[in-house]
Amino acid sequence: MLRPVAKGVKAMEKATLLSLYRTMRLIRRFEERIVELINRNEIPGVTHEYVGEEAVATGVCSVLRPDDVITSTHRGHGHILAKGGQPRRMIAELMGRESGYNRGRGGSMHIADLSLGIYGANGIVGAGAPIACGAAFAAKLNGKDRVAVAFFGDGATNQGVVHEAMNLAAIWSLPVIFVCENNGYAISASIKEMATIERLSDRARGYGMPGEWVDGMDVLAVRGAAEKAVAHARRGEGPTFLECRTYRFVGHFTAERALNIRYRGDEEIAEWRKRDPVETFPAWLEREGIATAAETEGVRREVEGALEDAIAFARASPFPQGEEALDGMYATSYPNLPARGV
Amino acid sequence: MAVVTYREALNQALREEMERDPNVFIVGEEVGYYQGAYKVTQGLLDQFGEWRVRDTPIAEEVIAGIGIGAALVGLRPIAEMMTFNFSLLALDQIVNNAAKIRYMSGGQFKVPVVFRGPGGAAHQLGAQHSQSLESYYAYVPGLKVVLPATPKDAKGLLKSAIRDDDPVVFIESEVLYGTRGEVPEGEYTIPLGQAEVKRPGKDVTLIAHSKTVLLALQVAESLAAEGIEAEVVDPRTLRPLDSDLLLESVRKTHRCVIVEEGWPFCGIGAQIATTLYSEAFDTLDAPIERVTSADVPMPYAKPLEAAVVPDTKRVRAAIDKVLYRQ
Ligand SMILES: Cc1ncc(C[n+]2csc(CCOP(=O)(O)OP(=O)(O)O)c2C)c(N)n1
Ligand SMILES: [Mg+2]
Repeated sequence: MLRPVAKGVKAMEKATLLSLYRTMRLIRRFEERIVELINRNEIPGVTHEYVGEEAVATGVCSVLRPDDVITSTHRGHGHILAKGGQPRRMIAELMGRESGYNRGRGGSMHIADLSLGIYGANGIVGAGAPIACGAAFAAKLNGKDRVAVAFFGDGATNQGVVHEAMNLAAIWSLPVIFVCENNGYAISASIKEMATIERLSDRARGYGMPGEWVDGMDVLAVRGAAEKAVAHARRGEGPTFLECRTYRFVGHFTAERALNIRYRGDEEIAEWRKRDPVETFPAWLEREGIATAAETEGVRREVEGALEDAIAFARASPFPQGEEALDGMYATSYPNLPARGV
Repeated sequence: MAVVTYREALNQALREEMERDPNVFIVGEEVGYYQGAYKVTQGLLDQFGEWRVRDTPIAEEVIAGIGIGAALVGLRPIAEMMTFNFSLLALDQIVNNAAKIRYMSGGQFKVPVVFRGPGGAAHQLGAQHSQSLESYYAYVPGLKVVLPATPKDAKGLLKSAIRDDDPVVFIESEVLYGTRGEVPEGEYTIPLGQAEVKRPGKDVTLIAHSKTVLLALQVAESLAAEGIEAEVVDPRTLRPLDSDLLLESVRKTHRCVIVEEGWPFCGIGAQIATTLYSEAFDTLDAPIERVTSADVPMPYAKPLEAAVVPDTKRVRAAIDKVLYRQ
């Protein structure tokens, strides 16, 4: 259940509220369509779906400016869509096409868009946190009030470099928001067994930065907490650790179902599904009289259309040519690079 | 002989060594309850309990370090890297500590730890998940580096690695896990540092390790139909390198192609070539050819990836070149 309407939420523009719904719905349907395409072998390999966690990326990115930076994870589609990534170029990338964000060089775990401040999904758990610090450091150095958001999972909080990044951000008062998406598991490892504390945000105190805990199934709560953390950072007051308690409804990666591994009960999944933000939020909008059923239906139709269009665009796009595989490795080219090893 | 998969062979080695020696234990991400990200540790948690098959947080540096520390005390740890790409986060422990402690301490300590897991590219996993890092480790004095290509070698070499008193980097292959092969019944080990002729031949030597052994064998078979007998030699251990057997083969065939999935520059193939040149220059009838991945991070799109990794066409072209067949 959504908590009662926070004071001031009503005052939020209807358009903003509907756009939060649109983003969450887009992420959900994007992931579902991707799984279909993987099952049809139109997208190779695996991806890590963000299903269930939509409220986190949506809430956080809704308070960011285009020039703010995010660093993402292996489970990055949601962050990228929420920061304004185009489904067309994302799906084209997943299909390995030249029109994809990374011209087919990257794939799901590396989608990036410099112009939108998306400094890349990342295949290495924890790797985005120090990179966000670097972007934040640059903002400070240049006297810009830009902030950087590092998204990472509960599992990543045990990675050394994440601790190093948090301490650095704290001592230098860098404008970083460390958004920990605590979905309870790292693959099959329960965070209950991998950390002794109930709330990972308690670690913030150890670094001397504010630590906030928020219900990651509630997009407005996430947005509110992110707003506060971003304002804090923009004022030059330093980083915040924002823990968003959330849940993934699906496997760690696309093929998990086939592995038949069980590390959590069906009841647990069912309990969390009751709080599915992609279902509860539009229901709340309607119940509160903020939007009509026709309006939320309009959002869904629009999202379907955007995804249809994106898939068609990607399918029609050419693959990169094998001969180009060696191009573009360095900013400066040299006659003897790429090296031939002879 | 039983026919088992590469994965099962590794699993047997782990199980048998853990039964044989209570000091052997496994640490790593998802090694226990999940039975290993690639199911190599299947069933071990049930049999040996959670202290000998220990799930860790995602923290490669401490996984390697805890293996080293326990090894110093006399245990025989097996530190699993979910894939070797992530071993880069553990490089300090492996290179600055595991590799050096024995020597630096004036021989006081032994460091009998095994770092194991899959390396190399699979299919379209992208740049960070498709790396062949064996040359990094082969560079380091103090380490031993092993890459089995067959189920039989996987089992016999892993058992030796576990019993070895020095740190061993043991790199498996994701795409080989499902491959099958004969494995001897009962106890056997294969010594570290011994190459093997995987296919005898007289016309050209193909040196390959890990999954490129299969590629070399495939090309060798197709060449046989054309009357060319290629000898395929697998070093199996890159450090120490069994240069004697490689030299013996090259002295017989007078021609050599080295195939690996790593990058060309400073790669292990360069080391092997220089050894062959300095020891067997007079017997070579053609310059040695190397087939490697191209000198770029692995691209994702299929046509790009296919252009980067070694394939039968490129191996054949290299063989044609050393045989002056163009
Ligand atoms: C350094 C590193 N170690 C291991 C992995 C393999 N791996 C990929 S995702 C993952 C779990 C991450 O868990 P968490 O941080 O909680 O993120 P979630 O998947 O739950 O979103 C692991 C272990 C990796 N990609 N990088
Ligand atoms: Mg998690």
